[in-house]
Amino acid sequence: MADTSPAQNEAGAPVIVARGVRKHYGTIHAVDGVDLEVRSGELFGLIGHNGAGKSTLFKMMLGLIPQTAGEIRIDGAPVPGSDFRTVRRKVGYLPENVVLYDNLTGTETLDFFARLKGVSPAGNAALLERVGLKHAARRRVREYSKGMRQRLGFAQALLGKPRILFLDEPTTGLDPEAIRGFYAILRQLKSEGVTMVITSHILAEIQERVDRLAIMAAGKVQATGTVQALREQMDLPLWFDVRVAAEDFESVRNVLAGLPVGAVEARDGHIAVQCAREAKMTVIAALATLDGKVRDLTVREPSLEDVFFGFSD
Amino acid sequence: MEFSQIATIAGKEFWDRIRNRWVLAVALVFTAFALSIAYFGAAQQGAVGFRSIEVTIASLVSLVIYLIPLIALVLGFDAIVGERERGSLDLLLSMPITRLELLLGKYLGLAGALTFSTVAGFGLVGVVLASQLDLNALFHYFGFMFSSVLLGCAFLSLAVMLSVLASDRTRASGLAIATWFFFVLIFDLLVLGVLVVTAGQWGGEALPYALLLNPADVFRILNIFSMDDVRTLYGLSTVFPPALAQPWLLGLVMAAWIAGPLAIAAWRFRR
Repeated sequence: MADTSPAQNEAGAPVIVARGVRKHYGTIHAVDGVDLEVRSGELFGLIGHNGAGKSTLFKMMLGLIPQTAGEIRIDGAPVPGSDFRTVRRKVGYLPENVVLYDNLTGTETLDFFARLKGVSPAGNAALLERVGLKHAARRRVREYSKGMRQRLGFAQALLGKPRILFLDEPTTGLDPEAIRGFYAILRQLKSEGVTMVITSHILAEIQERVDRLAIMAAGKVQATGTVQALREQMDLPLWFDVRVAAEDFESVRNVLAGLPVGAVEARDGHIAVQCAREAKMTVIAALATLDGKVRDLTVREPSLEDVFFGFSD
Repeated sequence: MEFSQIATIAGKEFWDRIRNRWVLAVALVFTAFALSIAYFGAAQQGAVGFRSIEVTIASLVSLVIYLIPLIALVLGFDAIVGERERGSLDLLLSMPITRLELLLGKYLGLAGALTFSTVAGFGLVGVVLASQLDLNALFHYFGFMFSSVLLGCAFLSLAVMLSVLASDRTRASGLAIATWFFFVLIFDLLVLGVLVVTAGQWGGEALPYALLLNPADVFRILNIFSMDDVRTLYGLSTVFPPALAQPWLLGLVMAAWIAGPLAIAAWRFRR
């Protein structure tokens, strides 16, 4: 497969490819025909309800369970395939609700997994520091909080500088500060060219952070693209939030009533207006002619949550 | 197959058992039992102190035959199902390791811990007794230790097989206990029952070979029937076919009892 060799996987070449992937358990179709391409250096989000098939898809991509049908390639190599050791040394995985060994310390945990990965344990101390666990390196995992276990699991995924990361609900149990720290590390990894696939059920958290995402429902990918592209594809209405002085309230309201807008809601000095995306510029132009009366204007895009429910329901 | 992966898993299992003092506890139990049997085994006859190696080994065998299978089954029943139920199996399997390597690593690590405690426990007693034993007796005692290790490894293999077959820990523990009951308590009764019910008419010749179907019996034969004194003592030489008194044959059967369940486990664990 010369065309998919790692050397040619420069910016944008597909690193993770799934074609027609299915996983059936009897009559249950956990994954039901997924086509997906994640490009080199991309931070790719995978969202969906519980049971949408995300974790099953992850496990198939990692070769933990065989697919019923379809083809998966990681960095050009088929999964499952005879080249699995090479593939797995390039891949880091943080499972959902990671479970580590209570009787080992943080350092011992990383040493154990480093040996399995065939990586020198020399960098483990730095890795623990990177995820903020330096102070707890010699404590047993038994004494770790949920968030600390999650961070140790993340450190484990980073062993051996993997080129590809699969992170299943990585921020579960992390406090807001730790979540920021976590995404700071992801940005750093991204700048180093690491390809990442991340699932999360906290949509607000990932909508500003992923390059592209796929929405899964009922074992299928319902839509793929940037958050903005999905918004446009879904064609959800926008909201204008117009702030006006009390004496101009009625006149502005009358102007708005003559425009192609949907719901108009008024409350203490604000007028909220819903409008279709294609009417956006018309509304802005009309409001601009009311010089002075409009004190402030905010355009609210539909959230990823709105988009998500649009695609998955 | 990459042996370093097997060694990593085995090393973790072994050190886990050293660190949580499992090895120490089991070794102490063996030492305590062996010492008391060696010194007080003849107390019923009104005497204390070391008597003869044959009597000591015969008593130790009847103890070990209950204890070691139980310890091995308890040690191994959650090897795989435990990881699966806790949720750590996926992460392990996402490493560059095959399922066979993981299984062998688990088995070898646990077998190492069990062997270490058996050899340490009984070995210590052997050292204490050494001054009172001649070379032949030492050889017998060593044979007893070695066969105890084999017995443990055979039941550990069964336990690891159960831990692959069972869907959860509760079921695995139930199966482990049932396995112990079957091989240690019921099996001999069944064989005897067949013998009695058929008044020795059916399968009388072949029946002794049925004992090979039980690793606990193989262990017993290894330690009792190979010794002439005990054979005459119990008057069993007439019943038992001499072919079964070959230690190497019995050793091979034990090896099969170790390899067989492991092979089934490996086959089932592939998917």
